[in-house]
Amino acid sequence: MRAPRLLLLTLTFCVSCAMAASAADYSAWLQHVPDADRKRTNPYAGQSDAVAAGSKLFADHCAKCHGADALGSRKKPSLRAPAVQKASDGEIFWLLRNGDLRHGMPSWSAIPEPSRWQIIAYVKSLGEVPATTELGPSK
Amino acid sequence: MTSRIDRDNFILYHCTRLLNATQLQLGRKQMAKIILNGRFAFAISMWLLTSMCGAQEPPYFVTYSHSLEEPGNLEIASKGAAASPKYANPFVSQTLELEYGATAWWTTEVYLAGQHTSNDSTIFTGFRWENRFRPLLREHFINPVLYVEYEHLTLADKGLLEVTGHDSIANFQLTNAQAKTELEHSLEMKLILSSNTHGWNISENFITEKDLNEPEPWEFGYALGVSRPFALAARSQSCVFCRENFSGGLELYGGLGTTDGFGLKATSHYLGPIIGFNVPKGPTITFSPNIGLNDNSIGILYRFTVSYEVQQVFGFLHRGGR
Repeated sequence: MRAPRLLLLTLTFCVSCAMAASAADYSAWLQHVPDADRKRTNPYAGQSDAVAAGSKLFADHCAKCHGADALGSRKKPSLRAPAVQKASDGEIFWLLRNGDLRHGMPSWSAIPEPSRWQIIAYVKSLGEVPATTELGPSK
Repeated sequence: MTSRIDRDNFILYHCTRLLNATQLQLGRKQMAKIILNGRFAFAISMWLLTSMCGAQEPPYFVTYSHSLEEPGNLEIASKGAAASPKYANPFVSQTLELEYGATAWWTTEVYLAGQHTSNDSTIFTGFRWENRFRPLLREHFINPVLYVEYEHLTLADKGLLEVTGHDSIANFQLTNAQAKTELEHSLEMKLILSSNTHGWNISENFITEKDLNEPEPWEFGYALGVSRPFALAARSQSCVFCRENFSGGLELYGGLGTTDGFGLKATSHYLGPIIGFNVPKGPTITFSPNIGLNDNSIGILYRFTVSYEVQQVFGFLHRGGR
């Protein structure tokens, strides 16, 4: 009788630990960005053509999860949150290349580098949205 | 925005109607009438059309890269192959592929295969269930992916999704009646190595296959691919036929014999240029004429694929990263 109870307890403990660990890691990607990548600059920063091209690419690859307005949805994060908008272009570029596979963000390394920079130029052009609305469902 | 809301309401209305019909326990005929109702089919088609998107994957037919399906997305692809092998009837093979991104590091796929052979018959040849896993969670110069597949196919399968062992043109000279009696249950494993650099994708696959119901030796094969989009940066204007929507490449694949006789001899090898066209907000169309490199191969094999990526089919099951 004791063995199944112990097993159940251990299982519950393990599941809780896994959930806690994944919750703790939720915004951890920023800490993993190497310095060299962090310092990379966007060759398209501030270029209106790149922003327009980035908006097209964003609609094709990102909008379905992060929303057409990039405000995220119930389970997908807002890209207009301070954490993303304050991140350097190099940090976001690193995330697009590597993804955060453990938390559901795929790697976008198949998109050529210039196109990825265009996406970043577009996302940065959207600007920050206050925390109260940043995780609201996309319209 | 309004069209999306209209679309959702439209689907919701018809789904509710279908559900109500079930609850009212209508007869089979009435249910079928509702399901086959043109408006319901139209609603589903509209949902697929407005949700679909071209996949950002290299345009290979046999070779796999380390690009996995995005979590929650479903890719529906129709893979065709047509050829007129020496001393055999011409054939057209069709494989329906349903590829689903279970997680960001695991993609699962089901294939349903069939073929039509001239002066013979049209038959269903079996199914495959495939899984691909990315063991390393970061991007590296070379990225490994592990591939495991269960195949339940008859010898009549002409999909040529890989070449292993001593596969040769002789397989195509059997009639469908002869070939469909030989059912193979096999396990196929691949080591996929792939790199993305400067817009290029370079992929190498090492294939091994084992027939599970007969004591046959392990079979081996290979597939190599290199591809690149025609433009690396997107244009600011919306365009259909601009270079960024096209990609091209080259693919080489073939058998490597078995544990009893390893090597490039007594098997078939193919080489082909590939062109892929990613229709904006539409399907991806890929075409390749493959040239047989030895007498064991089909002279020219035409391959074509049309694929649709339906985004976030079960997206509510997936959480996002921050």
